[in-house]
Amino acid sequence: MSLLQIKDLGKSYNSDAKVLQGLNFEVESGEFLSIIGPSGAGKSTLLRCINRMVEIDEGKVVFDGQEVGKLNKKELRKVRTNIGMIFQHYNLVPRLSVIENVLHGRFGYKTTIQGVLGRFTEAEKEHAFFLLKKLGIEEHAYKRCDQLSGGQQQRVGIARSLIQEPKIVLCDEPIASLDPNASKVIMDHLKSITQELGITCIVNLHQVEIAKSYSDRIIGLNKGGIVFDGPSYRLHRNHTDQIYGTQTQATPEIRELIMV
Amino acid sequence: MNEKTMKASRKWQTIFFILLIIGMTLASSAITGFNIIHGIATLPKAGAWILSNLMITQESLERLPTILEKLLETILMSIAATTTGTAVAFFLSLMGSKTTGTKKVFGVFARFVASASRNIPVVAWALILLLSFGQNSVTGYLALFVGSVGFLTRAFIESIDEASQSAVEALRATGATYFQIVFKAVVPQCMPQMISWILFMIETNIRNATLVGILTGTGIGYTFDLYYKTLNYNAVALVTFSIIIAVIVIELMSNYIRKVII
Ligand SMILES: Nc1ncnc2c1ncn2[C@@H]1O[C@H](COP(=O)(O)OP(=O)(O)O)[C@@H](O)[C@H]1O
Ligand SMILES: [Mg+2]
Repeated sequence: MSLLQIKDLGKSYNSDAKVLQGLNFEVESGEFLSIIGPSGAGKSTLLRCINRMVEIDEGKVVFDGQEVGKLNKKELRKVRTNIGMIFQHYNLVPRLSVIENVLHGRFGYKTTIQGVLGRFTEAEKEHAFFLLKKLGIEEHAYKRCDQLSGGQQQRVGIARSLIQEPKIVLCDEPIASLDPNASKVIMDHLKSITQELGITCIVNLHQVEIAKSYSDRIIGLNKGGIVFDGPSYRLHRNHTDQIYGTQTQATPEIRELIMV
Repeated sequence: MNEKTMKASRKWQTIFFILLIIGMTLASSAITGFNIIHGIATLPKAGAWILSNLMITQESLERLPTILEKLLETILMSIAATTTGTAVAFFLSLMGSKTTGTKKVFGVFARFVASASRNIPVVAWALILLLSFGQNSVTGYLALFVGSVGFLTRAFIESIDEASQSAVEALRATGATYFQIVFKAVVPQCMPQMISWILFMIETNIRNATLVGILTGTGIGYTFDLYYKTLNYNAVALVTFSIIIAVIVIELMSNYIRKVII
């Protein structure tokens, strides 16, 4: 069975127009999947349905054999320990040190008391340093996160998700706030997560070229629906036109949206 | 609109507002029967009275130990009211903040408690509490406590909302529990602002404590009232002077602490 199955997934905020509608796809273990689409297409919402950071309205998400929408609080926490998440704005605690932020990834495995008191085992600390070393930011371990550059902060974010020992990592526009050099470093690290550790990666991106060169597979989202799903080498101009609504296939109203 | 006409219209706006303020001042003094000219005319006389009566003399200095003792009592009570108020305000603000709130009902409850206790002045609280607790230090403490809870809850809610949204999201996604998130993402992020508000609250409470003390018959307020009613104006001056010094010292201290923590 696939690691992740999405069946007829639908979502709307405040019962307004549907943000996601009738999504169906499966993701295998070790896949590197990019989701592309114009802003507002529902990429972030889709990722957040997978770990139920937003509630699922219709259909179901099955992760590792468990239906995410049906879990109670405790079970959901348990499932979330297996799902890492990386954000556009890194979402670290800026006033805390790098190493503290990395260890935050272990909270899901601890009781409230252990977490609040910051009780971590030697093995966990070693693991944290190992990850920092691998990501090349070992020497910053005791610096406050707000003293690091964007690219370095994102690497802390990656370390925080990896220390969870996840089966999948969800990345919501991980390089949208970074310059090209830092972007390349981050994308290379994400790629090596799947290649070396066999962890599945789903990455929201808005740069089509980067998506094509890094991913095994691409899903194109437009207005909450899938308009392309296939290996990245099969993604051609006519598909991207359809995804971004820039040319012939675009309906007039989409074209208007782009113009605004 | 070009620059010239904009300047002209701004000038007219200014003139209009000045006239409006003058008009409102005249109207309100006419309604209340307050005579500005008379008020200004008595100023020199009042000043002379203050200079001749409110002098700290050798004799009043002998009362300094008693005064200092009462002052210390007042300061300690203000600090106690602030710290206990902080504990309650902390939990209320967790309920009231959009980032950390769990249920809508709790949020409404927290904000209701905060605005009720904040919008009734501390002096009014003291008078209300006097009825049930009588003239003692508990009443004074409670009045300051209630005011602190209201103010601090409001301030904490704003700090939490502003500071920690993104880190809270990240920790929620790792499977962290509610209190892990609160103590490891929210608190570290809001700590400097919270401490700053707590210090501000201590200063405010020391000022208010004098007034509340006059009503509840405790602390430095009571001492002030006592000397005032027995016409011992020299001692009144000493009390006032020591309060001013205490407030300034506390303010300097909290400014220093703020600088260190931020
Ligand atoms: N918390 C929310 N409440 C209400 N509407 C939302 C919320 N988050 C996203 N939306 C709306 O859902 C749509 C899809 O948003 P999003 O998933 O962020 O798209 P993308 O990540 O592709 O830019 C947008 O129209 C957005 O305004
Ligand atoms: Mg997005």
